[in-house]
Amino acid sequence: MYRYDEIDQAVVDQRVAEFRDQTRRFLAGELSEDEFRPLRLRNGLYIQRHAPMLRIAIPYGLLSTRQLRTLGEIARKYDRSFGHFTTRQNLQLNWPELKNVPDILAELASVEMHAIQTSGNCVRNVTADHLAGIAKDELDDPRPYCEILRQWSTLNPEFTYLPRKFKIAVTDSPEDRAASEVHDIGLHMQRDAAGNLGFKVFVGGGLGRTPIIGQVVREFLPLTDLLSYCEAILRVYNRAGRRDNIHKARIKILVKALGIEEFRKQVEAEWEASKDFATQLDIAEVERVRAFFKPQPYEKLDDIDAAHGRELEFQTWYRYNTRPHKMSGYRAVFVCLKGHGTIPGDMTSEQMAAVADLADRVSFGLVRTTHNQNLLLADVKQTDLYDVWRELKNLNLAFPNIGTLTDMIACPGLDFCSLANAGTLNVATQIQKQFDDLDYLYDLGDIEIKMSGCMNACGHHHVGHIGILGVDKHGEEWYQITLGGSVNGFTALGDVIGPSVKQADVAPTIQRIVDVYRAKRENGERFIETYRRIGLKPFKEYVYVQNSAAA
Amino acid sequence: MSKILRRRELVEDDWVTLGETPPGDAESVIVPFAKFRESREQWLARSGRLGVLLAPADRVEDLAADLPNISLVALQFTGPGEGRGYSAAKLLRERYKFTGEIRAIGHVKQDLLYLMSRVGIDSFVLAPTEKPEEALETLARFKVAYTPGAPLPGLTRQRFHV
Repeated sequence: MYRYDEIDQAVVDQRVAEFRDQTRRFLAGELSEDEFRPLRLRNGLYIQRHAPMLRIAIPYGLLSTRQLRTLGEIARKYDRSFGHFTTRQNLQLNWPELKNVPDILAELASVEMHAIQTSGNCVRNVTADHLAGIAKDELDDPRPYCEILRQWSTLNPEFTYLPRKFKIAVTDSPEDRAASEVHDIGLHMQRDAAGNLGFKVFVGGGLGRTPIIGQVVREFLPLTDLLSYCEAILRVYNRAGRRDNIHKARIKILVKALGIEEFRKQVEAEWEASKDFATQLDIAEVERVRAFFKPQPYEKLDDIDAAHGRELEFQTWYRYNTRPHKMSGYRAVFVCLKGHGTIPGDMTSEQMAAVADLADRVSFGLVRTTHNQNLLLADVKQTDLYDVWRELKNLNLAFPNIGTLTDMIACPGLDFCSLANAGTLNVATQIQKQFDDLDYLYDLGDIEIKMSGCMNACGHHHVGHIGILGVDKHGEEWYQITLGGSVNGFTALGDVIGPSVKQADVAPTIQRIVDVYRAKRENGERFIETYRRIGLKPFKEYVYVQNSAAA
Repeated sequence: MSKILRRRELVEDDWVTLGETPPGDAESVIVPFAKFRESREQWLARSGRLGVLLAPADRVEDLAADLPNISLVALQFTGPGEGRGYSAAKLLRERYKFTGEIRAIGHVKQDLLYLMSRVGIDSFVLAPTEKPEEALETLARFKVAYTPGAPLPGLTRQRFHV
């Protein structure tokens, strides 16, 4: 993985010192809350329902075990011994005290981490495919380019006060496991006819209250133009993006207003006119960063049938919670943060420390966070799988539901977040209870539920096969349900099934939705395929007739 | 006269901003861009130095042809989230090679000075609550940077280059 040099370390150290001074001035009354807000936001610090919430950056989801251990220690020392992993591969602490935040940042800096630009109207953490470097369908490892973008965007003087937040994702496979088409900039790695590496550039995707799928602004961008072209996009956006209405300030609104043709024309013209002062990316720098992401020193091993002769429970876990690896003899293992009875994405300090120890032994001392709010041990020898399973099971991290309906995404919702309109965690619990029969879950197969507690869509509900959006109706928590959203190579926004339902009716409604699927599916169709074939109508009819019967 | 931070020194401001009474012919005056456009010839014919004030939505392109006759461009920062001035300054320095003074006015706080300096802004009318000495110190706060920008005395290393 990437290691800081003197420049990287100095950047985070000086940022800690700066924030320490800013916090001191705020606590001394020298800065008003209004003045402090944009400063603290640029260091990931929100003021939430109970306390500040600190969002710690995990660039492209990659952690050393030392870093994971430190996160666990920070959560124990400054918070309530747990953290929440997010869809953008970051970690959130829900209860730190403001006066301690500079110390937390200093501890993070000591392990080459930070919380810079994890919130505020600036370029956020750059995310990537969680299977980067190990997927069979991968063109090239996207993480070096994420790291280069991270550095370029960190404290970038021109682009720190944008009209609105700005998210970049880089993906390396047609399956688009980074949901890049719902990012402000989505970069798809490509090769041109001559075999040169570059990117197809998507722009203007995003969820929130106006969900829009990104459009192609450049079919092929040579690698060395990456930074100059991003600068051109950001400059056009910084100057022309709306600042009069927070809900219309994302780049997607600008792209939509101009039309992709006009937007492209402006970006290309800006790019041409900035060539002699744009930030260059030379090959030597690319190679310097790429060297940190060389393949692990894998042993030469044959594939084995790791599940053969083992108990059914292990076989099930193997089937659902592990994934193929491009090296024979290895597999990727999910550390499941979606066990029934737990909060999606939450992990205790103890679990973090134990998983770090495990990864030191079996996965080259590295751990990844995933867009779906689980962790991943990327490089596990197949011969180690059985022991890894037993250890994860002891840690309550081996619930075999990855890729099933209860491997759902959920934002923290009303319980923690001051933006939320409705709770998500108790709905998640209800769904876990409703679908607690594993055989039944397996029969339903691949169904993605994504849930947000408000229309800011941190839980990506628009692109869930089943999306759940919490809304406030005269002070009560109601839920709007959408069907047919997806990412992973076929980006689509869900259709609203009908009027929203009460909290107690969410799980029963989902039950009726999957009843329709079970009745209508044809030979091995996945839920999303059935939906695409038969459309909304059969679901809508059944769900609402039954809902009114139940009422 | 009030004090401003110019090129890292606290100095008396020798410019006036256009008000109700017309400035003397030899006075150094900063004119809002809209006023400048209304009577461009007249402003350019004066003997005193001319500065133009750009509001966030004003485009530097529209001022480009007149830059050789202008000694100062003031960029207005209307609030804590206003960021268009950063791109305006960058373009003034890099695309239009403007070598005169670029001045930040409005919401100009010590915590923004480093970023503003890096895009080429070299004078600051600090917001009333700011302490000039503290503000000056912030310019030496950073020793390294990732992206290219205007040089600062304390800044010794940078990752990327133009």
